[in-house]
Amino acid sequence: MQSPTKGAYLAAELRLPTNWLDYTILGIYFVVVLGIGFAARRSVKTSLDFFLSGRSLPAWITGLAFISANLAATEILGMAANSAQYGAYTVHWYWIGAIPAMVFLGLVMMPFYYGSKVRSVPEMLLLRFDKWAHLLSSALFAFAAILIAGVNLYALAIVVEALLGWPQWVAIVVAGAFVLAYITLGGLSSAIYNEVLQFFVILAALIPLVVLGLKKVGGWGGLTDKLTAQHGANFTTAWGGTGIGSANPLGANWLTIVLGLGFVLSFGYWTTNFAEVQRALSAKNLSAAQRTPLIAAYPKIFIVFLVMIPGLVAAALIPGFGTTDSGYQYNDAIPYLMEQLLPNGVLGIAVTGLLAAFMAGMAANVSSFNTVFTNDIWGRYVEKGREDEYYVRFGRLITVIGVCASVGTAFLASSFSNIMSYLQTLFSFFNVPMFVVFIVGMFWKRASVKSGFWGLLAGTVAAMVNYFWIYKQGIIDIPTDQGANFVSAIVGFVAGGVVMIAVSLFTAPKPAEELQGLVYGTTSPGMSEPPAVGDDAWYRRPALLGWGAIVLAAACYIPFSF
Amino acid sequence: MSEHDVQREVTELQAKSATAARIFDLRRIIGGLFVLYGIIVTIAGINPSDSSLDKSEGININLWTGLGMLALGIFFLIWLKLKPAAPAKVDEKPDDA
Repeated sequence: MQSPTKGAYLAAELRLPTNWLDYTILGIYFVVVLGIGFAARRSVKTSLDFFLSGRSLPAWITGLAFISANLAATEILGMAANSAQYGAYTVHWYWIGAIPAMVFLGLVMMPFYYGSKVRSVPEMLLLRFDKWAHLLSSALFAFAAILIAGVNLYALAIVVEALLGWPQWVAIVVAGAFVLAYITLGGLSSAIYNEVLQFFVILAALIPLVVLGLKKVGGWGGLTDKLTAQHGANFTTAWGGTGIGSANPLGANWLTIVLGLGFVLSFGYWTTNFAEVQRALSAKNLSAAQRTPLIAAYPKIFIVFLVMIPGLVAAALIPGFGTTDSGYQYNDAIPYLMEQLLPNGVLGIAVTGLLAAFMAGMAANVSSFNTVFTNDIWGRYVEKGREDEYYVRFGRLITVIGVCASVGTAFLASSFSNIMSYLQTLFSFFNVPMFVVFIVGMFWKRASVKSGFWGLLAGTVAAMVNYFWIYKQGIIDIPTDQGANFVSAIVGFVAGGVVMIAVSLFTAPKPAEELQGLVYGTTSPGMSEPPAVGDDAWYRRPALLGWGAIVLAAACYIPFSF
Repeated sequence: MSEHDVQREVTELQAKSATAARIFDLRRIIGGLFVLYGIIVTIAGINPSDSSLDKSEGININLWTGLGMLALGIFFLIWLKLKPAAPAKVDEKPDDA
């Protein structure tokens, strides 16, 4: 799930006391990032190498890249902000809003994705439905990817300006240039390698911050006592006050949390967002592809503590944190603690981690954009059947264009004060309808060729109508943007599904022999691949890893539920 | 474009792919970077000034973080040493599987 980042970004007085030591640490990181790009360059020979790392990476690398592509800085700052504002409800975005969907992707959907040998999520729709569904989903995805990349870049610029004092345009151009360089050189391999590196740097940045933050408020006990005194007992529980009809700060009840966040929004994001799925498609075999989201699920369960605790600590230390009286925004939680607690040295690691996370979030979107644009739009409808080298060259060119376009959208984003929360909503428009089309197409043989396009269109339009008309015009009263996002998601899902069923009943089904390997219950040659040597070990069995993650996430809820 | 066309195209490309044979081992980069960062941050924590200790709640956070990063870096280098990547198979023929 993308995080619900709020409005205008950071308070200006958070300038960090960085010195030469911190800049040395940051400089080393930039050198290594570029070095990875140059070193990965010689591994790019075919278009499959450039766009999908030749389907050859081991599971631990794709798994950590999978989590890292999601752990962008907008997520880190946004989830800390979410915790400072709403309290422990943040755990829902992880334990119910991510784990079940990640396990479903690994256990149920991955054999179809990987086994059918598609290179992108829209290509799967081409096989199951027709070129109209394919073209619409490719265009929506390419558009959204550039917007999200631009938002990451803009958010980076604001944070860097506040923390380090660089002008915004310098940060945008520098970060854009580095991402451009390493993806153009090494393609997806260098994006993925940098994401894995970023994962560890982010951990090295957040763990000291959490330890020191907890020490400052007197441990977990001191933290909950302070928060209970300020915000009431529900602030440190997961489900307190979420009964239907009762009021809580999140503006959502348990039903919209479970259905809207836990089912529709989360499954839409994790199972059909190509920026995520691409990492799994680059794995070296079916077993590694299945384990990609499952390996990612375990860190995901615990990362919530690393982002939630700084948010809670900031809320406990400064009464009214995030309100105008305190002088801080909710987004300031992590930068505020960095400034208060980290000495030079660790501070450099933390700054590096934040910048790395922004660049990785942008790179994930750029590397999925260039793949969809080259394979699904240009190579399929504009310049068909050229030699493979042409598509590698075109992929590099479109990377340059994509980065320039996202620099443009970054400047565009800077002219809207709360573009972040609007974009979050817009993305739920794009992911959810894609998910309903996928899930109906995958589980219902009768879903006709034409139903894909109409379901996608109906779901997108319905979610937009709910948000812009029913919610924004106040036809139905929903207390917060987050609550409205959950409802939009459910509406988009239901509308897409109903239209698909209706269209299917009046149009011809796809012949059964063309559905092999695309519909649940059928198989294709790619799905019956025997496990590679060593992959039959018990700890590498996807079912065990998947159910283990579900049980662990459910167990994590226990201390937050009573 | 049917499913078989996509499968054939990707299978052919995969046979010609160079990533598995030529990509460097990421464990070397992670190991190297974390050993370097670990050394730098540990040194910053060896003689902490009073003001930096006061700031970090009396915990010598540079020392602990530095040692932690050093340990992670060494872990990756040892893993690389104990289980080097399998030599890539040199196979230029398209694979019909």
